[in-house]
Amino acid sequence: MGYVDAGYVISLTTLAVYAASLVIRLRRERARTKGAGR
Amino acid sequence: MRHTLDKLLGPVSVALVAITVWLGLFVTPPDAQQGDLVRLVYIHPALAWVALYVAFGMAAVCSLLYLWPRTRSMVFDRLAASAVEVGVVFTVLTLITGSIWGRPTWGVWWTWDARLTSTALLGVLFIGYLALRRVPAEPHIRARRCAVAALFAAVDVPIVHFSVVWWQTLHQGATVLNPNLTPTIHGLMAWTLLLSFVAFTLVFVWMVIARYRLETLREEGEDVELAEALVARRSEGVS
Repeated sequence: MGYVDAGYVISLTTLAVYAASLVIRLRRERARTKGAGR
Repeated sequence: MRHTLDKLLGPVSVALVAITVWLGLFVTPPDAQQGDLVRLVYIHPALAWVALYVAFGMAAVCSLLYLWPRTRSMVFDRLAASAVEVGVVFTVLTLITGSIWGRPTWGVWWTWDARLTSTALLGVLFIGYLALRRVPAEPHIRARRCAVAALFAAVDVPIVHFSVVWWQTLHQGATVLNPNLTPTIHGLMAWTLLLSFVAFTLVFVWMVIARYRLETLREEGEDVELAEALVARRSEGVS
């Protein structure tokens, strides 16, 4: 893998993983808030 | 209207990043001097733009608005915290892509150059900000501490920007935002570069909105749990 490919793969993968972590944390927190409010 | 924009932001930003990658890797020509390495220009400066100016600029403005008594609101504290967390991710990626570009261009992965060092320092300062948020304290006390820390860290932003002007560095000078405001890049390369700035800025906006909602839900959850604990404690006292 070349330097350019490595730069693109690392950047896009990291952003995708962080975005996915945000979505998962958001869903968990929504579920927790609903559970606590009952 | 707001709901539609909200739903569109994610897909639009992903599509723009995909177009940037396609143009950057397959359509734009190689550089006369750098060859294919120039393709890193379509991600590295955009990541740096978001980290330095958009994320930490937003954190500084929101912190200032929190500290100003007339505009004090926890909304600004949450916005600043969200911008810093996302900004740290972009700063780390800026350093990684810069290092990947530096190895074949300068012959080293890292050097204690003014631009690189001041950017790394900025990342460390904002990681410190995130650590400060984890220190247990009353919400308003924590917000005030963090706002002061963010303003202190933001002093490094102009130092990073002007580092290539003030000191002799390995890092090249500004291509677009140079002191004369005369961009030294043109044609399809310039348009792809511009698109990368727009695409990654939209990704940042989407991430900050999601992170802000997460922070709001957490605080609401803590309030509900506290209210429930108080009710349980009172009922214990009655029985």
